[in-house]
Amino acid sequence: MSRIGVFVCHCGHNIAGTVDVKAVVEQLQRNGDVVFAIDYKYMCSDPGQQLIRESIEKYQLDGVVVAACSPAMHETTFRRTVSAAGLNGFRCESANIREQVSWVHQQDKEAATQKAIEITASIVEKVKGNEILEPLVLPLTHRTLVIGGGIAGMQAALDIAEAGYPVILVERHDHLGGRMAELSGSYLNFRAAPDLLEKKIQQVLSHPNIQTLRNAEVIGLSGYVGNFRVQVKQNPEAEETPVMPLDELQPLTFTFDVGAIVVATGWQPYDRARLPEYGGVEIPDVVDGLTFEKMLREGGVLRRPSDGKIACEVVFVQCAGSRDPEHGVSYCSKVCCMYVAKQAMMYKERVPDGQAYVFYIDIRSAGKNYDEYVQRAMTDYGVLYLRGKVSRVFREGDQTIVWGSDTLTGRAVEIAADLVVLATPMLPSRGSAELGQLLHISTDGYGFFNEAHPKLRPVETLTAGIYLAGVAQGPKDIPETVSQASGAAAKVLQLFSKDEMTASPLVASVIEELCAACGACVKVCPYGARQIHPIWNYATVNAALCQGCGACVVACPNKASQVRNWRVEQVMGMVDRLL
Amino acid sequence: MAIPYFPGCTLSTKASGYDRSGRAVAQALGLEFQELNEWQCCGATFPLSAENAMALVAPTRLLRQAQDAGGQVTTLCAICFHVLRRTQHFLQGHPDVLERINWFTEEPYLGNVRVTHFLELLRNELTWESLRAKVRRPLQGLRVAPYYGCLLLRPPSEIQLDDPDDPHILHECLEALGCEVITFPYQSECCGSYLVVNKPKVPQQLAQDILTSAQRHGAQALVTACPLCQYNLDYPQKSVSGWTLKLLPVLYFTQLMAVALGLPSEDWGMENHTVDPRPLFEPYLTTVGQGRTGGDR
Ligand SMILES: Cc1cc2nc3c(=O)[nH]c(=O)nc-3n(C[C@H](O)[C@H](O)[C@H](O)COP(=O)(O)OP(=O)(O)OC[C@H]3O[C@@H](n4cnc5c(N)ncnc54)[C@H](O)[C@@H]3O)c2cc1C
Ligand code: SF4
Ligand code: SF4
Ligand code: SF4
Ligand code: SF4
Ligand code: SF4
Repeated sequence: MSRIGVFVCHCGHNIAGTVDVKAVVEQLQRNGDVVFAIDYKYMCSDPGQQLIRESIEKYQLDGVVVAACSPAMHETTFRRTVSAAGLNGFRCESANIREQVSWVHQQDKEAATQKAIEITASIVEKVKGNEILEPLVLPLTHRTLVIGGGIAGMQAALDIAEAGYPVILVERHDHLGGRMAELSGSYLNFRAAPDLLEKKIQQVLSHPNIQTLRNAEVIGLSGYVGNFRVQVKQNPEAEETPVMPLDELQPLTFTFDVGAIVVATGWQPYDRARLPEYGGVEIPDVVDGLTFEKMLREGGVLRRPSDGKIACEVVFVQCAGSRDPEHGVSYCSKVCCMYVAKQAMMYKERVPDGQAYVFYIDIRSAGKNYDEYVQRAMTDYGVLYLRGKVSRVFREGDQTIVWGSDTLTGRAVEIAADLVVLATPMLPSRGSAELGQLLHISTDGYGFFNEAHPKLRPVETLTAGIYLAGVAQGPKDIPETVSQASGAAAKVLQLFSKDEMTASPLVASVIEELCAACGACVKVCPYGARQIHPIWNYATVNAALCQGCGACVVACPNKASQVRNWRVEQVMGMVDRLL
Repeated sequence: MAIPYFPGCTLSTKASGYDRSGRAVAQALGLEFQELNEWQCCGATFPLSAENAMALVAPTRLLRQAQDAGGQVTTLCAICFHVLRRTQHFLQGHPDVLERINWFTEEPYLGNVRVTHFLELLRNELTWESLRAKVRRPLQGLRVAPYYGCLLLRPPSEIQLDDPDDPHILHECLEALGCEVITFPYQSECCGSYLVVNKPKVPQQLAQDILTSAQRHGAQALVTACPLCQYNLDYPQKSVSGWTLKLLPVLYFTQLMAVALGLPSEDWGMENHTVDPRPLFEPYLTTVGQGRTGGDR
C-alpha cells in the first residue's frame, strides 16, 4: 500500500466554479492508496505549498498528487515544494483539472466533476509506480565557438574571453569586422566606423583566450549542449604560405569540442538587379547604400560615377525593396532611415551647395536621440524630405530622372538627379539556411535565424546551447547588435557557471534481454538519441539527447524500450482506472 | 495548326486593323486562327470585388466556349487577355464561385482552359528564331518604341507574362522583325484607359507625356498590343486643339509583322489610323526581292 496525498485546488473560481472540489476530495479519500486528501483555494500560494509540506510530514506521505492546473504551469513549483519536505520530487505529479476540465466543461458541472475525479485517480495510479530519480549529471566543455567575425561575433567573443573562458572565432573572410568595415562614419556622431572597429579587432586578435580562424567555415556539428563537436574547414591563406602556388594548397580541417555556440553571421546586401523600376544595375549613377558608404569613405567631393562631375542633386530612396511583399521583403530593414539621414548630412558636408532629397514612406527613428538626429538633417542641413514612394528611376541623357510622389502636397514629383542612392534591404548572409540545417536551428522565411521566444528569449535558439547575435537574427544597427552580442555572451557564461550540467532523468532506457536489435526505435527517434550498440547488439540511449518523447516506446515491437516514470505498467494502470 | 481565337468586341469594330493583320500574320506563320463558334463581350473589366460573381459570368461563358474548342484560347486584345486570364486564375482558386456560376449559366465550365496572348504563343511555341527566319522585309533602321501599358502585364502574379518593370516580350518580337528597338521610361505607364470616356483630359495629358518621351528617345513609331492604348495615344494627335507635338504613328505589333513578313498592304489594316503609319514603310517595300535573296544567301 502506498501513502499518497491528494491536494485539490480551487484556483479561486477557475476550478471550483465548475468542478465540485469537495466531491473530488471525498471520492479520492475512498481510494485505498490515498491516506490524505484536501482542497484549498490557491495551492500554488505560499500557504498552499505550506499545507503540502506539513501534510507530507504529518501523514508520512510517500507520493503527492496536486489536482490543479496543467503541469506546464506548476509541475516544477510543486516538485520543488515536496523536495523541501524531504520527498523525492519525482514522486509528485500534477493532475490537470483546469485546462482539461473546468475551462472546457463549464456547461456541465456534473460531468466535469466526474472527469476531474477520474483524471485525479489515474494520476494517483501513475504516482504509485514513479521511481525515485535524481537529475542526470553530464560533463560540460567550457569552450565557445563563435561563427562570424563581425561586430556581433567579436563582441560576444571578447565578453566570454574576458570572463576567462576560451573562444574559437570562425570567420569565413580573410579579415575581421564584417560589414561595419565597409561603412564610412557611423551615426550618431559620424565617428569613422573603421577606427572604432580597428580597436575591437586588435583586442580580439591579441586576446590570449581567443583563437581566430580566418578563411574558415563550420562544416560539421554533432553532440549537444555542453558537449558539441565541431568540424571547421580552413582555406589556407595565400600570403602566409608564399612558397606554394595556391591551387596546390589543401584546405585544413580541424575538430574541436565546445560547450556553447554563438551564431553571428550577419547580412548581405540585396541584389539591385531585382529592382528594374529603379534602374537595376544598369544606370551607373544609381548606387545602393553600401556603395555610397564606400564613396563617402574615399573622401573628398562626391562625384557621379558615370563621368566624374560633382553630384549637385542627390536623391535618396528609402524602403527601396524593403516593406514590399512584391519584392519578397515584407520586413523593415530598420537601419536605413537612420543611415540615410547620416549619409545625407555627410553629403552636405562634402558638397555644401548641393541639394539632397529623401523619399520616405515614414521615418522609423525609434531610439535614444535618433529622431533628433533625423530632425537635424532636415533643419540644420536643409535635406529635403518628401513623403512618398518613388515609382521609377530612368536615364535621360546624362541625368537620372526620379519619379515620385509627395503625398503631403498631393503632387507628382520629378527630379533630375546626378546621383540616386537606394536604401535597399539587408538580407541574411549567404548560406544562412544551410548553416541553420547544419546546426539544427531554424530560420524564418527570409533566412534569418529564429529566436526561442520573440519577447522573452531573444538571444537563445530552440536548440539548447546555441545562441544568436546581431543581424543574423534580424535587421538591427550597431548599438543593438552589440547589446544582443553581450546578451548572448551572458547566456554562455550562465551555462558555464556550473562545472557540470544537469538534465531531466525522464529519458528512455532499454531492457536489454527483450531487445532484438531491430532498429525500429533508431529510425523513429526525432533527436538522434538511439543507436544499436556495435558490440553488444542491442539498442542504447544517449541520455543527454533523449527528450523522453516516447516515440521509441510505441515503435518497439518487443516492449524493450521504456521511458522512466512512464513505464508500460504505469500507463496501463492509468488506463484501467479511466475505463 | 488551328488555334481557337477570341477577337472580342473592339477588334470586331474600331480596331479591325488589329484583327485583320493578326489573322493574316497567324496564317502566314502556319497558326490558323479559328474564331470561337459563339461569343459575346468579355466584360472589359475584371471585377475588383471577389463577391461580384455576376461580373464573371461573361468571361466564364467564353472560357466554356474555349473548352468546347479544345481547351485553349488566344486573344490579341490586351484587355480581353487580361480579363480572361485573371478570370481563369480566380476560378482555379475559387471552386465555390465556379460552382455558383455554373449553376447560373447551366453550362458547366470545368476550369481548365489555357488562356494565351498571341505574343506568348509567338515567344513560347513559335520562338523568335523561327519568326526571324520568316521575315521577308527586315525593318532595318526603323526606330520603334514598344508601349506595354498596364493590362498586358499587371498584376504580374496572376498574368505571368513578363516583368512589368522590365518587360521584354514586345522588344523581342520587334527585334526579330529587324527593328531598332527603343526603351523609354513610359513604356509600362498607364495610358489613362477608360478615363477617356468621362475625363478625357487625363488620358490626353498622359498621351502627351508618353509621346513626348518616346520622341525624345528617338522613336519613329510606338508599338502596342492594346486597342485602348492605341486609341488613347493616336486620336488626340489630330483632334485636340493646340496639339503641337510632331505626329507619331501608333501601331499594333501585328501590323509591323504583316509588313515584315512580306504580306500585301490589304493585310496591314492601317487605313483607319489618325496618324497614317504607311509612309514609314515606303523605304522597305522595294526591298522585298532583296529580302528574299537575302534569305537565300
Ligand atoms: C548602408 C548601411 C549603412 C549602415 N550604417 C550604420 C551606422 O551608421 N550605424 C549603425 O549602427 N549601423 C549601421 N548599419 C548597420 C550595420 O552594418 C550592422 O548593424 C552591422 O554590420 C551588424 O553586424 P553583424 O556582426 O551582425 O553582421 P556583419 O557585419 O554582417 O558580420 C558578419 C560576419 O560573419 C561572417 N560570416 C557570415 N557567414 C559566415 C559563416 N557561415 N561562417 C563564418 N563566417 C561567416 C561575415 O563574413 C562577416 O564578417 C548600416 C547598414 C547599412 C546597410
Ligand atoms: S496551482 Fe494552478 S490551479 Fe491552483 S491556484 Fe495555482 S494556478 Fe490556479
Ligand atoms: S528603416 Fe526606414 S527606410 Fe529602412 S525599411 Fe524601415 S522604414 Fe524603410
Ligand atoms: S513616438 Fe511612437 S507613435 Fe510616434 S513614431 Fe515613435 S514609435 Fe511611432
Ligand atoms: S524517448 Fe523519444 S527522444 Fe528518447 S530515445 Fe525514445 S524516441 Fe528518442
Ligand atoms: S525497437 Fe525495441 S527491439 Fe527494436 S532495437 Fe529498438 S529497443 Fe530493440
